[in-house]
Amino acid sequence: MKRRTLLATGAGAALAAAMGMPASAQDKTKVGFIYVGPINDGGWTQHHHHSAMEMVEHFGDAVEFVYQESVPEGPDAERAITQMALGGADIIFTTSFGFMDPTVNVAANFPNVKFEHATGYKQADNVSVYSARFYEGRAIQGTLAGRMTTTNKVGYIASVPIPEVIRGINAAYIHAKKVNPDIEFKIIWIFEWLNPAKEADAAKALIEQGCDVVLQHTDSTAPHQAAREAGGVYTFGQAADMAEFAPMPRISSIIDNWAPYYIDRVQAVMDGTWSSVSTWDGISTGMVGIGEVSDVVPAEWKAEAEAMRDAIAAGTYHPFTGPINKQDGSPWLAEGETASDGDLASMFFYVEGVEGEIPS
Amino acid sequence: MDINPILLLAALMVASTPILLAAIGELVVERAGVLNLGVEGMMIVGAVCGYIAGHSSGDPYLGFLGAVFAGAAVSLVFAVLTQFLMTNQVATGLGLTLFGLGLSALIGMRAEGTPDLTVAKLALPILSDIPVLGAILFRHDLVVYLSILLVAGVWAFLTYTRAGLILRAVGENHEAAHALGYNVRLVRVLAILFGGGCAGLAGAYISLVRVPQWIDGITAGAGWIALAIVVFASWKPWRLIAGAYLFGGVTVLQLNLQAEGLKIPVEYLSMAPYLATIIVLVMIRAGRAPASLGKPFHPSS
Amino acid sequence: MLRLEKRPQPSRGWTYGAPVLAVFLTIVLGMGLFALLGKDPLVAIRTIFWDPIFGPFAHFYRPEIIKKAAPLVLIAVGLSFGFRAGIWNIGAEGQYIIGAICGAAVALAFYPMDARWLIFPLMIAAGVLGGFLWAMIPALLRVRFNTNEILVSLMLVYVADVLIKAFSIGVLRNPEGFGMPGSRNLRQYPSAANLDLIPNSGLHWGSLVALFAVIFAYILFTRHHFGFQVRLAGQSPRAARFAGINANRLVILCLGISGALAGVAGMFQVAGPSGQILGSFPSFYGFTAIIVAFLGRLHPVGILCAGLIMALTYIGGQAAEAQLNLPAAAILTFQGMLLFCLLAVDVLTNYRFRLGQGEAR
Repeated sequence: MKRRTLLATGAGAALAAAMGMPASAQDKTKVGFIYVGPINDGGWTQHHHHSAMEMVEHFGDAVEFVYQESVPEGPDAERAITQMALGGADIIFTTSFGFMDPTVNVAANFPNVKFEHATGYKQADNVSVYSARFYEGRAIQGTLAGRMTTTNKVGYIASVPIPEVIRGINAAYIHAKKVNPDIEFKIIWIFEWLNPAKEADAAKALIEQGCDVVLQHTDSTAPHQAAREAGGVYTFGQAADMAEFAPMPRISSIIDNWAPYYIDRVQAVMDGTWSSVSTWDGISTGMVGIGEVSDVVPAEWKAEAEAMRDAIAAGTYHPFTGPINKQDGSPWLAEGETASDGDLASMFFYVEGVEGEIPS
Repeated sequence: MDINPILLLAALMVASTPILLAAIGELVVERAGVLNLGVEGMMIVGAVCGYIAGHSSGDPYLGFLGAVFAGAAVSLVFAVLTQFLMTNQVATGLGLTLFGLGLSALIGMRAEGTPDLTVAKLALPILSDIPVLGAILFRHDLVVYLSILLVAGVWAFLTYTRAGLILRAVGENHEAAHALGYNVRLVRVLAILFGGGCAGLAGAYISLVRVPQWIDGITAGAGWIALAIVVFASWKPWRLIAGAYLFGGVTVLQLNLQAEGLKIPVEYLSMAPYLATIIVLVMIRAGRAPASLGKPFHPSS
Repeated sequence: MLRLEKRPQPSRGWTYGAPVLAVFLTIVLGMGLFALLGKDPLVAIRTIFWDPIFGPFAHFYRPEIIKKAAPLVLIAVGLSFGFRAGIWNIGAEGQYIIGAICGAAVALAFYPMDARWLIFPLMIAAGVLGGFLWAMIPALLRVRFNTNEILVSLMLVYVADVLIKAFSIGVLRNPEGFGMPGSRNLRQYPSAANLDLIPNSGLHWGSLVALFAVIFAYILFTRHHFGFQVRLAGQSPRAARFAGINANRLVILCLGISGALAGVAGMFQVAGPSGQILGSFPSFYGFTAIIVAFLGRLHPVGILCAGLIMALTYIGGQAAEAQLNLPAAAILTFQGMLLFCLLAVDVLTNYRFRLGQGEAR
């Protein structure tokens, strides 16, 4: 049954495409997702998929949901996206930075299909971009890290040297330093987003070098396992709450929550009000969720972290508020000045006090 | 300086164990004259099967056992194809890697873990009481010791036993071995199964001890590194340990140096072991590689 | 007891019949697999093998198949020379990557100059040269030190892989890319882009060169002395020595040809379908091409067919993933089974089954 509708809409779309007509003649809104990893990767893709499923639940029968997992970046992505557009999708979410050029290319061929690209910067009339201000969550993690450490050494497992990751390091460092002037960050780049074995090794190396808090910008739970084995080490969930490791070692988390955005955008397609936008949301809209601070954190510090969360959500506090100098000592933000989105989007320097160099 | 050399050594042993295990299996296979490029595929099937067996039974050792059987079962496909249906070993091995990656992901789709499954560390009596060293080097889990015992066992087998001699003869000159009345194919099939079992165990060590969890593609190229180590060791069992610890060591060391804040070109450093392997290859010249390596054998020819 | 007996001559019938049997076997096995996963097996098979060629969207899929097959065929044809001569370059993936890096580097060095007549030929030359030189490492080491070329070429794949990952976030990173990894997109640089020559035909320069390579190899194997040398060296190294064939020269030539073709394939790919130097650029093409070479029985025309079939399973497989929500892993497993079957049935071409006890086991 499902197959027949699929073929029928497919043929219709082909005809429509051939005649240059809009493909959205069916009653259901067809929503497509292109994922870079498998839907059970436990991290990035899994969370996009969860959010997509929430969106589907919200709309029920009003949407038809299709997805494709483990799509390699490059020409295969372009084909997968085209295929979905040909299949009659009304809106397609492509959820990896590497899908940027393929998305833009395909979008040019399908002016009546809406595209939403995660974490990119190339917009078009039918291409929106969206991303999350994960650095807001990093500020809270940094505060907790600075409070909880007794060795004053905080480990940071960094993935790929891009502005998003560097922002995270800076945000965490600034706030750790604020509550603990003796803090020292040890940063390890693993050059991958998900490699459990390497993440485990990195976490162990950090712990052996005396770090008793390990932050991660990689997707697996391997660092938590390592921390649990070592004992007395605090970690933070990444992308997922990773609550199975609470209350120890996981003391809080940054949760990717794309569902409100997905519901919003699909609704816009249904209402015919969709327009190309560039969205960069944070804690205030719930796109960045802060996982429950566990009870091993003393109440006053927990309250401090939660107050910061609320202040960021209310817009009364910006994690990058001057005075902040760059690593080489040159001034970046003056007293009271907050960073512009442009500066943040292309951030490629450490702030003063962080040791080491960004690999490039 | 925050690097503790003893801790580093201990971490290195754990990080190197999977590649050492897979490599000792592949070494036997290659000494029998067979080149099985499917190590990665066998490893990852072992990783997922070991994970499932371990977590569903609640006993990690049953997990390891399951992984050995799973790895051997997958390698049996390779054995039948290359030994009886005379397929090309290089192509079949590559096919085995693709197949294994796919199959493991299929099997693992619904794999669920229990968080409390841990593999006990085993403190070796007396040795573990040695100050400093003992606490670190001799308090590992069973599989770490097993990997070293396996190396010793393979060395003794190849050097001192008649069966080992036959295996080497098959690898050096299968025509002559055949003429002497040895069953070339049987020897090779057994060697391949041993290699598969070792690779499976290696995979399970990753999914049950080193990480420990199951995720698609968790072996992340370790099988290919195992292939490199066999060459690095110039097909000598003891040198495998050096090779595995060098490869594992470079990884662990670079992570430690980074944490130390040293400016090292990490992106380029990871080439070092492969370049070292090429240099070793040049220094040992050929000759030492099993002469029949990768060549097909049919009894009537 | 069933035993195998070598045929004095490869069977003509089975040469053509075996691949058909293999595809049939795979389809049966694959249907079992898909049924196990709760999908309609007939629909799955049709989606993979039939729809991309004859289905409603064939106009889109056919060129995609050609584009996917082009690098596979190009690399595999190059490899077939060495494989026939018993020279095992399994590092085509590395030569492919280096060719792409060199080709892209040339283009990026000239950016944004507008001179396609100069830049594009230079890129091709750089791709050829890059792949060739990368292949010369195992070739010269074998000639000079008698090192095993299988292993050296394989090690160099890892090295190339490390290099492209480092370059994509290092020297070749797009300076206007907001710090994201990846080079400039060559497809948006008219002087360097390798686009379809006829829009939506799948025929870019890479596909054409692949076709030329097939024809060229065919002529070389059937009409030229070099083809004879290659075959003789593979069948009987001793006879080849007696015939005065210079083994070292053969090693250099065979590895050189395969390296050059793999390199130029990488260059066409990075300037066309891929567009960018990215960490994810290496996609196992060089290894898949080895399989293609064997599936094609090391014969140029066979390789062309094998490359197209392999491409079809990728394209159709991806379509099945999207339309039937088959997990990506199922397609990978299915491809693995197809390879095993295709390799296995080849036994029928060179051997026959006999009942009874043979002179040896």
